[in-house]
Amino acid sequence: MKQEPLTVVRNQLIALDTYEMVLKGEEIPSLVQVGQFIHIEIGEGEEFMLRRPISIAEVNDEEKTMTIIYKVTGKGTHWLSQLEQEGQLNVLGPLGNGFNIEHHNHDHILIVGGGVGVPPLYHLAKKLSQHNHVTAVLGFQTKEAVFYETQFQQFANTKITTDDGSYGYKGQVTKVIEKLNQPFTTYYACGPSGMLKAVQNQMSHLNGYLSLEERMGCGIGACFACVCEHTNDKGYVKICQDGPVLKASEVIL
Amino acid sequence: MNLNVSLGEVELKNPVMPASGCFGFGKEFSPFYNLNELGAIAIKAATGKARYGNPTPRVAEASSGMLNAIGLQNPGVDGIIKDELPYLQNYDTPIIANVAGSTLEEYVQVTSKLTDEPAIKAIELNISCPNVKEGGVQFGTDPQLAYEVTKAVKSVSTKPVFVKLSPNVTDVVAIADAVYKAGADGLSMINTLTGMRIDLNKKKPIIANGTGGLSGPAIKPIAIKMIHEVRQQIDLPIIGMGGITSTEDILEFLLAGADAIAVGTANFKDPFICKRLIDELPETLRQYGFGSLQEVREQGCHNQSILL
Repeated sequence: MKQEPLTVVRNQLIALDTYEMVLKGEEIPSLVQVGQFIHIEIGEGEEFMLRRPISIAEVNDEEKTMTIIYKVTGKGTHWLSQLEQEGQLNVLGPLGNGFNIEHHNHDHILIVGGGVGVPPLYHLAKKLSQHNHVTAVLGFQTKEAVFYETQFQQFANTKITTDDGSYGYKGQVTKVIEKLNQPFTTYYACGPSGMLKAVQNQMSHLNGYLSLEERMGCGIGACFACVCEHTNDKGYVKICQDGPVLKASEVIL
Repeated sequence: MNLNVSLGEVELKNPVMPASGCFGFGKEFSPFYNLNELGAIAIKAATGKARYGNPTPRVAEASSGMLNAIGLQNPGVDGIIKDELPYLQNYDTPIIANVAGSTLEEYVQVTSKLTDEPAIKAIELNISCPNVKEGGVQFGTDPQLAYEVTKAVKSVSTKPVFVKLSPNVTDVVAIADAVYKAGADGLSMINTLTGMRIDLNKKKPIIANGTGGLSGPAIKPIAIKMIHEVRQQIDLPIIGMGGITSTEDILEFLLAGADAIAVGTANFKDPFICKRLIDELPETLRQYGFGSLQEVREQGCHNQSILL
């Protein structure tokens, strides 16, 4: 975990309210494990007092860069979207525990993503595809919100769904998963809690891991803002510190 | 420059400490700097039994601040003693244990368990948490209840008791006076102000609890005014807090009448902030013509022109 000023290499709109940003730095990009996140300071002065936790979509070790994808949902992410090339961001990271995938070999793996939960799964699909068969089911609100379909297709058999049916399959990701006839050994999911809960129920027979999202304070386990109920002795986990990736069968959503 | 401060019988090597609830139990910040650099550490509130706290979302940003409604989540006083204090014993920084409760009996029970722990150098009596349904801020908004809980806790505490005051009152001096008469050894002020933000899409409060406590630079002028007001009337050490992000802020709090200060929300934005403020404080004091903290106190709270 480091605090480092990262330089904006690229910051562009790739879908409805959704931006892809490439950041360059000496230390943080090279430390990233798949599934971790960074905590980004927003604005100048004291207007914004909370950092924004954003997951990592890709890392390029040679270029010393990392890619994040974020959705503009308020003033803080709007400020982020206005940053230009060569702009600097104060970044704390990488944070949290990501996906543990070293043990997979020739496995059939299902990846389920929803909206801005999709980005960390791209990094995951890329890594997993080296030794495994990967299927990705990605859900978005509408056609204009879809991103990274062709990127995913390089590494996974990719199915897209939209809530309104304007692109790909119509409806929830669970409807598409239902029709897949594959001998999956493990699944990984990231997205809104409603989707995660539906996926967790649907695939209770399968070994699975969820990457959780929550409004965070410190991002390092000190403030207890982002807890989630859990089957452990304490009855909870801190998403920022114990997660964001957690075993699906142990998380109480 | 010597930055030593005495808060009654509690000796600090400098006047800067992280505020309770914003620094976990210390170890979360230990990767960033040596915790021995700190004047003190106010650890997260302890209650009689483990508490899960409120549903999420528990935080929301506000202009120059944030709302939180954690709901005093903590492992309980026994869990803190067993799992958290041993790590803190590795440091020589005084630990201030924040004590919360739903009933007077719970405050007394928690204090009596913590008071003999060698790492604990003072008790911070939290009668000002706005985010729990029972107890908490009730004790901090009624002078009679504030008096009773302070008196009861003092009767079992072998360590100095600092009472953390709520700004959610009309007359903060009346509460300060009540706890002073009950034997409090010092004051911590201020806790958060109750607030709310509404999600425009969901058309309901962002924070699941509905309301939360507002902290950060947005509340700094309120904290300074309340400390200034209390300093004129009550002769007790004051730990000042509320939106501190810079050494200039620290000087402002000291001039208002605080003896030491705590940094809360700013730890989330900059995990190195407490160490940075300690390093930069002498230069800022010199810049404003002060050769020591004693000089600040003399020219601040005892200065007729600032008394108004």
